[in-house]
Amino acid sequence: MNPLDAAGAPRAAKIRADLQVIADMIESGARVLDVGCGDGALLSYLVTFKQVKGAGIELSQSGVNASVGFGLSVIQGDADADLADYPDGAFDYVILSQTLPATRDPRRVLGHLVRIGKRAVVSFPNAGHWQMRWRLLTSGRMPITEALPQAWYETPNIHLCTIKDFLSLCDENGITVERFLPLDGRGRPKRSTSLARANLFCQHGMFLLSR
Amino acid sequence: MSQPTSLATRNQALPGPFAELGRERRLRLDCGVELGPFTMAYQTYGRLNEARSNAILVCHALTGDQYLTGENPVTHKEGWWHEVVGPGLPLDTERYFVICANVIGGCMGTIGPKEINPQSGKPWGLGFPVITVADMVRAQLLLLDSLGIEKVFCVIGGSMGGMQVLDFASRHPERVFAAVPVAAAARHTAQNIAFHEVGRQAIMADPDWCGGDYYAHGKVPSRGLAVARMAAHITYLSEAALHRKFGRRLQDREAVTYGFDADFEVESYLRYQGSSFVERFDANSYLYITRAMDYFDLAAEHDGVLAKAFTNTPVRFCVMSFTSDWLFPTSESREVVRALNGVAADVSFVEIESDKGHDAFLLDEPEFWSTLSGFLTGSAEILGLRTP
Repeated sequence: MNPLDAAGAPRAAKIRADLQVIADMIESGARVLDVGCGDGALLSYLVTFKQVKGAGIELSQSGVNASVGFGLSVIQGDADADLADYPDGAFDYVILSQTLPATRDPRRVLGHLVRIGKRAVVSFPNAGHWQMRWRLLTSGRMPITEALPQAWYETPNIHLCTIKDFLSLCDENGITVERFLPLDGRGRPKRSTSLARANLFCQHGMFLLSR
Repeated sequence: MSQPTSLATRNQALPGPFAELGRERRLRLDCGVELGPFTMAYQTYGRLNEARSNAILVCHALTGDQYLTGENPVTHKEGWWHEVVGPGLPLDTERYFVICANVIGGCMGTIGPKEINPQSGKPWGLGFPVITVADMVRAQLLLLDSLGIEKVFCVIGGSMGGMQVLDFASRHPERVFAAVPVAAAARHTAQNIAFHEVGRQAIMADPDWCGGDYYAHGKVPSRGLAVARMAAHITYLSEAALHRKFGRRLQDREAVTYGFDADFEVESYLRYQGSSFVERFDANSYLYITRAMDYFDLAAEHDGVLAKAFTNTPVRFCVMSFTSDWLFPTSESREVVRALNGVAADVSFVEIESDKGHDAFLLDEPEFWSTLSGFLTGSAEILGLRTP
């Protein structure tokens, strides 16, 4: 595709279900940083339909090139290395979607998210889901599920956690959980439920955090 | 040797336009000297729109010039950015008014050491004041004033051009909307200063340099300047690029000659680079411009904190580097990005995969071009830029 034709234009009015959940949380005109923004799908949706002032961080060169080519402001980098540079409160929202388990130091990353953003949106696959527990118990091998579809040797995830783990980490670090959104294996919202049930029955967790 | 006259004659015959600047208000240089009136040679491509808002200022590198595209009147080769500037190209001349001026201290029609000092009636030579990157930018701002351009849409450049971009955006943020420093750095590193010093010493060690006054003696320090260029040229390439281009292949021969002739293709290539450079570039200009680059350190005047050079900047940045560039490596561009993130500036950063070394910004790099045109188009959209 010629970027000249498409820059600044919405690429799709429809985005992945879990990204739509994030987009719905964000007010128009907010300052947003999307950490691990991929090809910029969420950012360009937010810029187009919510007029946010958007920025992104992405590891892959092809992702960054695509995003910048579409008129987005994206830097090549990663959550572990680059969040430390931003000043406190630089954004209204900092988004870390499906990337936390792939970071080297999730606790430090979380600290930066709520420092540089007034709020942070964090989503991750829940390693406490019953299918994970059941498959590990019955087969004795690392589970492969809809939410965690890669084999142990090819997954980028090095710090998997359960919803319960995540909540206690937030608690220990003085991070406030403002909202919890349970999601299914495809990232679609599920009926709200107790956290104990969510830890067993939700394949993904999404959290709105603040300091 | 006939080169001094031929170089001078050629430059007098350079196609314009030429701007006469610094007449009402002289240009105060960092060294304290005031310059003016002085001539600045430049080229423009495309048309300025009615709002005078679609100008892109291209800043050229150390040995570059104002001839971006079309035939260069000195080398008779295509302009140095003919693949980037033109209708339908990233710097689309159907949308943007592209300006490029020869820097002060240069030798392509703008005031520099080989031009005549009106006070003495002789070439400036080493009497020319030492200039800085900031001075180059100030001179270009005078040119923009003379063209009636209050604010450029974008300032862009590679290498030393990128240094000018950073200086421009830092010192004159109200006069630029978007800035694209490519294969650049916010300071010249010790290694880079060291390479420049080798080049300068080669020039000054040539007896034909005559203490900088070779113009009066009808000489040109060709050998020194050629060696300077040869050494510098290596730094513009990468090991991989040299290997791909030449390997250990021999030049027009079956076996080595057990002598010091150019046995290898790479030697022959470098010799050619050196001798053709002498045909188009002034040795003293080389001294002055390399010195300007050496002095460049944007953080220095902000207590060593680069971020302070961009506090509250409204400028939209796109920083780009190339993986195999070891002269202005990605780490230097990252320092700039870190500083810009530190002030929550609007910044994009892309490291382009390339084995072509520092020179990649001048060469066929489709990823670079598509990112560049995407950034410009996105910026134009945000600004609501009208095509002429």
